[in-house]
Amino acid sequence: MQCWDPRMEFLPREDLERLQYRLLKLLVCRLYHFSPFYHHRMESARVHPDDINTLDDVNKLPFMYKSDLRDSYPDGIFTATTEDLVRYHVSSGTTGKPTVVGYTAADLHNWTDSLARGLSSCGLGRGDVVQVCYGYGLFTGGLGLHYGAERIGAAVIPASVGNTERQVEMMQDLKATAIACTPSYLLHIGEVAERMGISIKNDTSLRVGILGAEPWSERMRTRVQDWLGIKAYDIYGTSELSGPMFSECSAQEGFHVWGDLALVEVLDRESGEPLGPGEEGEMVVTMLQKEALPMIRYRIGDITSMETDVCPCGRTHPRVRRVTGRVDDMLIIRGINVFPSQVEYTLMTIPEVGRHFQIVVDRKGSLDDMLVRVEVSPEGISDRIQDLIKVRNTVEQKLKNTLNVTVEVELVEPGSLPRFEGKSKRVIDRRNL
Amino acid sequence: MTAGESYLIKQISVFSENRPGRLAAIAAALKEEEINILAFSIAEADGFGVVRALVDKPDKAYAKLSARGFNVAFTDVIAVQMRDEPGGLFEVATLLGTAGINIEYAYAYHSRDAAVLIIRVDRAADAAKVIKEMGGKLLSTITIQ
Repeated sequence: MQCWDPRMEFLPREDLERLQYRLLKLLVCRLYHFSPFYHHRMESARVHPDDINTLDDVNKLPFMYKSDLRDSYPDGIFTATTEDLVRYHVSSGTTGKPTVVGYTAADLHNWTDSLARGLSSCGLGRGDVVQVCYGYGLFTGGLGLHYGAERIGAAVIPASVGNTERQVEMMQDLKATAIACTPSYLLHIGEVAERMGISIKNDTSLRVGILGAEPWSERMRTRVQDWLGIKAYDIYGTSELSGPMFSECSAQEGFHVWGDLALVEVLDRESGEPLGPGEEGEMVVTMLQKEALPMIRYRIGDITSMETDVCPCGRTHPRVRRVTGRVDDMLIIRGINVFPSQVEYTLMTIPEVGRHFQIVVDRKGSLDDMLVRVEVSPEGISDRIQDLIKVRNTVEQKLKNTLNVTVEVELVEPGSLPRFEGKSKRVIDRRNL
Repeated sequence: MTAGESYLIKQISVFSENRPGRLAAIAAALKEEEINILAFSIAEADGFGVVRALVDKPDKAYAKLSARGFNVAFTDVIAVQMRDEPGGLFEVATLLGTAGINIEYAYAYHSRDAAVLIIRVDRAADAAKVIKEMGGKLLSTITIQ
């Protein structure tokens, strides 16, 4: 069995928890003294580092939210100085403002190591050729998987996203054994390959898919595995945790959250009380060793459950099941997080359309398709068709700039979209994952 | 007031989704106010269109359609009278061409009294003046509305 760090990965559970407690205590002391932001948070919650005396005491600590990063844009809650930073990643924000994540050398090391453990646990290592088809650049997916795969001695094809026929050619010619991409992009690659007369199952060396950045299902796993002749593994992460971070092992029973790097809790959504193994609730993550941007009890917004028994693979670290939903209305379109509030914010800047809207998400072929229906406002009306087409194009362009996702816009008559009292249901998701 | 202005005719332009029943909804609103439609056309893009109409009571039509939730705009157009016989359009079109008037869109109607070409042009008042000067016949605002 491939294993990157056997001593850590098979550490007895008690030792792991002891280590977690020590790391948590250190973290809290450090932040209390060196992070004005978190010091204030702790004061407000009337918690002192002295109150953290067991691992369970983590639940005394105040939560962090995405809005904390947005409000402190760009680096207000960083706890490392610019001299210590070696990388930035930037993700699009919910109301037009992005969030910035900074990394020290140690942060990059731990991120890469986490992926090295995960990729090894999927049976990858020296001699493998990993085609990384996540976006390279400000998005964490490309560079994250890139360095993770390099660390385990695999050869990386930094293919990024797009030019799918060329992806298929490279996969075949360079004998890629693994591909890292969104599950929907893998389906798309499979379809394009078939159009080119190439069967990924029979005509390539591909045997592993590291699939993430968007929700998928067991049904889709079965389909991908049968159709493409590979083993498909779920990988999880967000830029706030560093990037893609935790993957499944060969047992395919949830992703291992490495306990020395992260402390994961699953809480009841109403009471906030911790839930037992297998019980579904909101996942909350504390990053135990992050230096530049510490994340304490971070409420990512994902709903899932956790298993704490020893994995069939023998690893002792807890496993988190596939994410089944969101606490908010965030959508993931082609691997990019999209909040309806971003759409609302953008529409407010365009006088030719009203503020009501409806988002219809569908999957055409294997790619997500996002349609935004907006009402033409009195300012937008014209007797000229080209004026109206211009309005539509403006809305499409502005939404694309804000969301980083191509959006189709449909102009509709005023008053024709549903109005809501209280919580609005502005999203129709027709994707059948 | 320049001489051309009394030949400007108010067209109503109504934004409409491209789906069954929308034209009927517009027509029903006009019927209820006993508004007569002299001419109309539909311009379409994918998913939506603009219904353009000449009506006898444009202000009333505007108010009624707006109250029904439609997006309505007024547009000034001019109505050029044509001879109701072969070559009639040719004459008018030649005149417009000679005058250097570019038509953005046009539609026509035909009644017992006349054949009329309705044109939407840039700077309608100036265009009306030129057409008159060159001997073209325009319907005046009051004859229609």
